[in-house]
Amino acid sequence: MAAVEIKNLSKAFGSLKVLDDISLKINEGENVVVFGRSGTGKSVLLKCMVRLLEPDSGEIFIEGQDVLKLPVNKLNGIRKYIGFLFQSSALYDSMSVRENLEFPLMRNFSFTPAERERKVKSVLEKVSLEDSIDKMPAELSGGMKKRIGLARTIITEPKLILYDEPTTGLDPITTKEISQLIVELQKDLNTTSIIVTHDLICARIIASHAVVLNDGKIRFEGNLESLTTQDDPFLKDFFTNEIIEAKNGRI
Amino acid sequence: MANNSQEKLTRSIADRRLNEFFSTIAGLTIFSFEFLKNVFLPPYEFGEIRKHMDELGVKTLPIVSVTGFIIGLVLAMQSQPVMARFGAEAFLPSMVALSVVRELGPVITALIFAGRVSSGIGAELGSMRVTEQIDAMEVSAINPFKFLVVTRVLACTIILPVLTLYVIFLAILGGYLAIFLSKGINFELYTNSVVNSLQFSDIVPGIAKTFFFGYIVGIVGAYKGYYTENGTVGVGRASTSSVVIASLIILVADMVLGKLTVALWS
Ligand SMILES: Nc1ncnc2c1ncn2[C@@H]1O[C@H](COP(=O)(O)OP(=O)(O)OP(=O)(O)O)[C@@H](O)[C@H]1O
Ligand SMILES: [Mg+2]
Repeated sequence: MAAVEIKNLSKAFGSLKVLDDISLKINEGENVVVFGRSGTGKSVLLKCMVRLLEPDSGEIFIEGQDVLKLPVNKLNGIRKYIGFLFQSSALYDSMSVRENLEFPLMRNFSFTPAERERKVKSVLEKVSLEDSIDKMPAELSGGMKKRIGLARTIITEPKLILYDEPTTGLDPITTKEISQLIVELQKDLNTTSIIVTHDLICARIIASHAVVLNDGKIRFEGNLESLTTQDDPFLKDFFTNEIIEAKNGRI
Repeated sequence: MANNSQEKLTRSIADRRLNEFFSTIAGLTIFSFEFLKNVFLPPYEFGEIRKHMDELGVKTLPIVSVTGFIIGLVLAMQSQPVMARFGAEAFLPSMVALSVVRELGPVITALIFAGRVSSGIGAELGSMRVTEQIDAMEVSAINPFKFLVVTRVLACTIILPVLTLYVIFLAILGGYLAIFLSKGINFELYTNSVVNSLQFSDIVPGIAKTFFFGYIVGIVGAYKGYYTENGTVGVGRASTSSVVIASLIILVADMVLGKLTVALWS
């Protein structure tokens, strides 16, 4: 069974059609990267999937259930097993790093304080920020916020994770570490991931499958390696710059 | 010609304001139903409610203390010559007590509370909205309405009556100071006439309405903040407009409730 299946999804803001009849199927345990120019609706697509935004039409099946038709309590039952990394990190600024990480654990799961502590320490170690445990979000740099956001996303060990630009603004080394972390999660927990990114290095490490959005439509879907050898002028143009950047990143 | 278009502009602004006001009232009503729906749902988040009560207390205590004392002091000072002219000086303590308990204490405390707290809640929830923190709670399957709105509104509803009692107490002390300074009245005599003049029917409606005022302050700030749009500009707008709206509702409600208690009690 597909972990996620999107059928004929459309979403417009006023007269601006952001998603136009999108269909997409993602298998369980698969990592898929989503590319697209800034403002094409990548974030909107992810938000529709967890119903932070209500699409205008279409269906989204997660675990075989149409999330757009579920009542709130059932929807929350599914959301518990979905991780969502916001492009803006969205850390709770009135809470310390520790409280940020404990927050999703305390309310939906019944862990003992000792188990929680262990989980907090372990995810912080994964994003190499053990020292920041008692800091407030305002004291963190942009990249650190991103990594704490990532830690908060994976702490509940979700089955499906939606990453909105997990490595944007990070240095090449941290980018690689984070990308490897995403791969590890997929191997260890068999998570399904959808990763919005502009970063070809990150994409190559994480995924073999890619989707390119443009003008509200899916412009390309398929193997990541074949993506850079397409004849489509848009894709060529889009990825030449990326490839140069990727190469520079590697040197 | 220019005059005409000026007039049109003024009218359209007035129209928009009025529309905004009524749509806010409609929105607030729906929001209140949402509040009622959520307030009895577990988990009750007592810890959060207590935390907010502490914060509200710390935030408002200094200003409210000064105001309370000064209301009583000025009221007695200003009224004394008038009362003396009518030969009613002996009633001065009762007058201070009654005005403070029935009207000035509750309303002025509520207005100050609105200024301090409604704007704070509006700004806090507003910035949580625009930085996607509320969305983040929602996707973690945590009900942000319960966690953020219900706890704050409850804290306001509980704490304002307490603050009002405290303000009334200080105002009566302030009244004593004014009368003492001019007449050298004995404290026991003063408190006796204060206590004797106050009846149950003065205190209960006076305090009862402050629960409602507290609720208004909380719900208006929360409503404006929770539905903030347009980034940081929106946060500023949510914060100021919640003070204006909360104060207006408090004043109107005070008038209506005043009429109602008179009708019920006599
Ligand atoms: N809440 C909203 N109201 C109105 N328009 C919106 C809203 N959210 C997004 N949009 C519009 O939808 C379009 C897609 O936005 P989205 O955030 O999905 O872009 P994106 O592909 O994630 O871009 P980026 O790579 O820069 O993050 C944009 O044109 C944006 O203006
Ligand atoms: Mg985006």
